[in-house]
Amino acid sequence: MWNTVKLGGLALITLLAAMASNYGRDFAYQVHAFIVMLAAAVTFVYVLRATGEPAKPRDTGYQDGVIRFGVVATTVWGIVGFLVGLVIALQLAFPALNFAALQGYGNFGRLRPLHTSAVIFAFGGNALIASSFYVVQRTSAARLWGGNLAWFVFWGYNLFIVLAATGYLMGVTQGKEYAEPEWYVDIWLTIVWVAYLAVFLGTILIRKEKHIYVANWFYLAFIVTIAMLHIVNNLVLPVSIFGSRSVQLFSGVQDAMTQWWYGHNAVGFFLTAGFLGMMYYFVPKQAERPVYSYKLSIIHFWALIFLYIWAGPHHLHYTALPDWASTLGMVFSIVLWMPSWGGMINGLMTLSGAWDKLRTDPIIRMMVISIGFYGMSTFEGPMMSIRAVNALSHYTDWTIGHVHSGALGWNGMITFGVLYFLTPRLWNKDRLYSLRLVDLHFWLATIGIVLYAASMWVTGIMEGLMWREVDPQGFLVNSFADTVGAKFPMYVVRATGGLLYLTGALIMGFNLLMTIRRAPVKAETPVMAAAQ
Amino acid sequence: MTYHIFREIADSWVLLAMFVFFTAASLWVFRPGSGASHAEAAGTPFRHEDAPAADRATSPEEVQK
Repeated sequence: MWNTVKLGGLALITLLAAMASNYGRDFAYQVHAFIVMLAAAVTFVYVLRATGEPAKPRDTGYQDGVIRFGVVATTVWGIVGFLVGLVIALQLAFPALNFAALQGYGNFGRLRPLHTSAVIFAFGGNALIASSFYVVQRTSAARLWGGNLAWFVFWGYNLFIVLAATGYLMGVTQGKEYAEPEWYVDIWLTIVWVAYLAVFLGTILIRKEKHIYVANWFYLAFIVTIAMLHIVNNLVLPVSIFGSRSVQLFSGVQDAMTQWWYGHNAVGFFLTAGFLGMMYYFVPKQAERPVYSYKLSIIHFWALIFLYIWAGPHHLHYTALPDWASTLGMVFSIVLWMPSWGGMINGLMTLSGAWDKLRTDPIIRMMVISIGFYGMSTFEGPMMSIRAVNALSHYTDWTIGHVHSGALGWNGMITFGVLYFLTPRLWNKDRLYSLRLVDLHFWLATIGIVLYAASMWVTGIMEGLMWREVDPQGFLVNSFADTVGAKFPMYVVRATGGLLYLTGALIMGFNLLMTIRRAPVKAETPVMAAAQ
Repeated sequence: MTYHIFREIADSWVLLAMFVFFTAASLWVFRPGSGASHAEAAGTPFRHEDAPAADRATSPEEVQK
């Protein structure tokens, strides 16, 4: 019966999408409607084939199938995102790589949002969804709530990624950083996100453990806050229901403040709170000892929640935003030092008494260096939010370096650690295919980040100093093109760092694939008979 | 809605309420007897690695594991 309803709904969506593809007012919208039509049609066939089949026995174990798909999606999207990043880094160093034949599709301006969204939302988002499903089940001692709803979350989220990514290449963007997708993609993400919240919260509500483990608090804060940010920052009025364009409700400086309230909390809750959820589960698991201080983790949580929401205006120093607003943002950014470092210490000290594992276990080494980068980038960020520092750093490559030491170092490394942790367990393998390859990945990625961050510091500070240099008459000494020319060697170093990082990720992809296909199956552990 | 809403929140009891909540939450963490309950919570990742619990894990063996 339920399948009949689903089939009817899917058939209707297929029909409506086909009509939208026909009536669409712009090419990109027509392509997107076509993609939706295909997705609905494929799902229709899939549901149809399952209809009328004898019901399978209810599974009572953990629902890991969707997490396996999440692990694969994370790996693949990660490699795609890093590859696009390397391409645009090379395009900056060698502008000839903006091929004339690809103008309008493959030039820097189109590829850059593809890179940021691929790494943040496709790589990071899939990692967050998959790991949160893993963690919430293990720490609630309950199967995921909602049955196949988790599958809807996974496929729905990846459909969102595909729509967003193809949209960027065709120029569908509302021009808001990290919130580029247009109105219909935003609506779709909202539906998926509500389903995600339902699965996650539902599992917490049916938990068999007394406490809600702290990692779940961080994941839940991430899910709830992203929902709020996404809706407020995407308040738009579509021009036509058959077109991809829309008009924003906010304008001017109000829009800028809303955008950076969104933008900074995307960093704070997507890239920080969510990934801290990973840290609080996977670091104790890999170190085989509980988190250093559970009390500190609770204070860490509440301090982050109450501080991050204020920090956005530090992106708008020396703009039309009033001074009091940017000062407020700056002050709260500096206060954020405390909880960030508290969290870093909590993560690192989890290893106290087990530091020897650093020598033997490259996975824990990856996790530890990621926490180190968390500490370094949360030190650098507040420093750059200070108005006097920002006067030098803003609009320069220093910002790019800061973002990447956080993204490659903290988000990337902890995700690699989690992928190495999850793959043998999810595919019931005894161990990874090769620990030496993990070690190689660790060093390639670390050296890559160091090259990246160091070259961006040099070029950023150089650029900032060149822009403000005036001669005794008070005229600017350098033109903008002078700074572009001076940056060339650092751009090459940066691209080299990116190449190393991508190579590491490819090695990881190979290692995970071989783990799934070749690594020995986990030996059956003797099941202890119950005492009674 | 303009950026003044930011000022309204910062200049009013909302900021105070957040601060009070945060302070209370931080103090609550150190309430007497919280240590045992935090230790139990901190052990959560090590209890149900492979399969969901059949029932609420309150038996002593479960908690000790």
